[in-house]
Amino acid sequence: MMKEEYVITNYCIIRNNRVWLNGNLVFEGREDPSAFFTSVYRHLDISYAKFFKMDNLCKLGFLAAEFVLRNTNFAQVYQGVDVGIILSNASSSIDTDRNHQQSIASRDAYFPSPSVFVYTLANIVIGEICIRHKLYGESAFFIEKDFYPKGMYTCVKQLLDDDVIKCCIMGWVEMDVKDYDAGLYFIEKQTGHTRGIAIFEPEKLLDLYQQRS
Amino acid sequence: MEEEIRIHRRMTNILIASDNIITSLGFTTVENIRRIKACETGIRRWVDESISPLPFWASRVDDEELNELFSALAHPDDYTRFEKIVICSVRDALRNAGIDQHSARTRFIISSTKGNIDLLNPVINRFGDGNRVYLWQTAALMKRFFGLVETPIVVSNACISGILAVIYAARMIRLGLYDHVVVTGADLVTEFVLSGFNSFLSLSDGPCKPFDKYRQGLSLGEGAGTIILTADPSRVNKSSGIRVGYGFSSNDANHISGPSRNGEGLYQVIRKTLDKNNLPVDYISAHGTATPYNDEMESIAISRAGLQDVPMNSFKGYWGHTLGAAGILEIIAGACSLSENLLFGTLGYSEPGTTHPLAVIRETREARLNTCLKIASGFGGCNAALLISK
Repeated sequence: MMKEEYVITNYCIIRNNRVWLNGNLVFEGREDPSAFFTSVYRHLDISYAKFFKMDNLCKLGFLAAEFVLRNTNFAQVYQGVDVGIILSNASSSIDTDRNHQQSIASRDAYFPSPSVFVYTLANIVIGEICIRHKLYGESAFFIEKDFYPKGMYTCVKQLLDDDVIKCCIMGWVEMDVKDYDAGLYFIEKQTGHTRGIAIFEPEKLLDLYQQRS
Repeated sequence: MEEEIRIHRRMTNILIASDNIITSLGFTTVENIRRIKACETGIRRWVDESISPLPFWASRVDDEELNELFSALAHPDDYTRFEKIVICSVRDALRNAGIDQHSARTRFIISSTKGNIDLLNPVINRFGDGNRVYLWQTAALMKRFFGLVETPIVVSNACISGILAVIYAARMIRLGLYDHVVVTGADLVTEFVLSGFNSFLSLSDGPCKPFDKYRQGLSLGEGAGTIILTADPSRVNKSSGIRVGYGFSSNDANHISGPSRNGEGLYQVIRKTLDKNNLPVDYISAHGTATPYNDEMESIAISRAGLQDVPMNSFKGYWGHTLGAAGILEIIAGACSLSENLLFGTLGYSEPGTTHPLAVIRETREARLNTCLKIASGFGGCNAALLISK
């Protein structure tokens, strides 16, 4: 049986007020995370009102996913059930967790809100990306101290090998107070049409992630 | 060589070697199952201002007993409540399994939605360590405490975390990466979580009533569950003889806090799981949180999959919804069902309350069982299904 090869077809890094797509700087801003994410959204020139309801972790993941799927014809090539999303970060949903905690910190000002509480789970960012792109496939959210792609690579490769999914959005989406950092990749099987920008392997994932730090 | 690996992967039977359950119903699996058989609920009314300004219903682990148990291992003041239930659960399961936890062929996985989240409250965080709230820090602590080769993997994926963790554990064993995987799921009843579910108006005023006509919401529970999977039953002390089959996850791509109206995501993941395992289902362990929406959605998905006549239950009436622990606890309880040929009743259920009729198990009864389908759904539109068998 011929060994199948997988490739990274797109990758997006968002950090330090900059957005990098496949190694090229595509956007630069100057503001705090919320304002920066809004200007990236405007730059994308899309219309998606739900974006403004999201917390910052979801906005960050949403934006990175827009970039990696942009200029691909993935919606024509793949069915939603065949697309996987495997993400990780260090701080889970801590940014919104702190907001929710703030709302219950005092008995005199006790106002927990469902629209905040719903974002106190790390995997909500996966849900938001799935809703946006109509993705129904395998997904999972892992927590690790730093982006260490080896474990995630093994997991995604197995899902592809076993035909559980045909392509995958994977990577790191971290948001903690003012610090944000995303490194998202779109992984596909190598075909005549899909050449990719790099072979899918853990060293390469880490290398691309670290390039723009 | 490639072919050999493929054959090895196909042939690998993954067995549950050992397990533990810690909830309000006790500190071992045996104790929990004994009290489930006796139809006892651990959900009760609490007046505890440190957690809620108003009285609330929940299932909570006994603090004194936990500290007493833990003091045989380390000083209870040096660890958080969450860490203590995790460690006690792992410890009990390890003791019964006889596997080498220090081996590079043994991996650990932790499943939790919120971990040490109560440490965001400065009154509770007396440790002077701001990092302790992070789940990666819990993983690092586990590595130190148990002397592990690798840091445990952490899965945090809402209410399907526990099932997902077991699915990934089985996949890693099938790949040949490890011989044994120790999977622990845990979550606490905290002010953080209680106030949030309260703001959603999804808590029941009284013990929850899964699938019942008069269900009005969920009961929160806390606990920990540990399940040790092995590829090699000859190298463990004992084995339950229960196999962990294939499982999958899916997303509704519909709404982040409400389940899909047609149960599409859950239906898809059930289909995928049944196709891959290619075994008939004798019993379904449902998520059954007792919220109007969840139970209704499950009834639709189960009917669409043609499983409406398969006996089905929910364990939430016994120990509440334990979030990141739920999947693990319920897989263990499902394994006990198979071992003992016993279908456990759905505590809190009396009248049918879903638009699609289901074969909800009312009272615990004997039945010849070979397979159990475990399902769950959660916030973020996630669903998971896993088959276990004799």
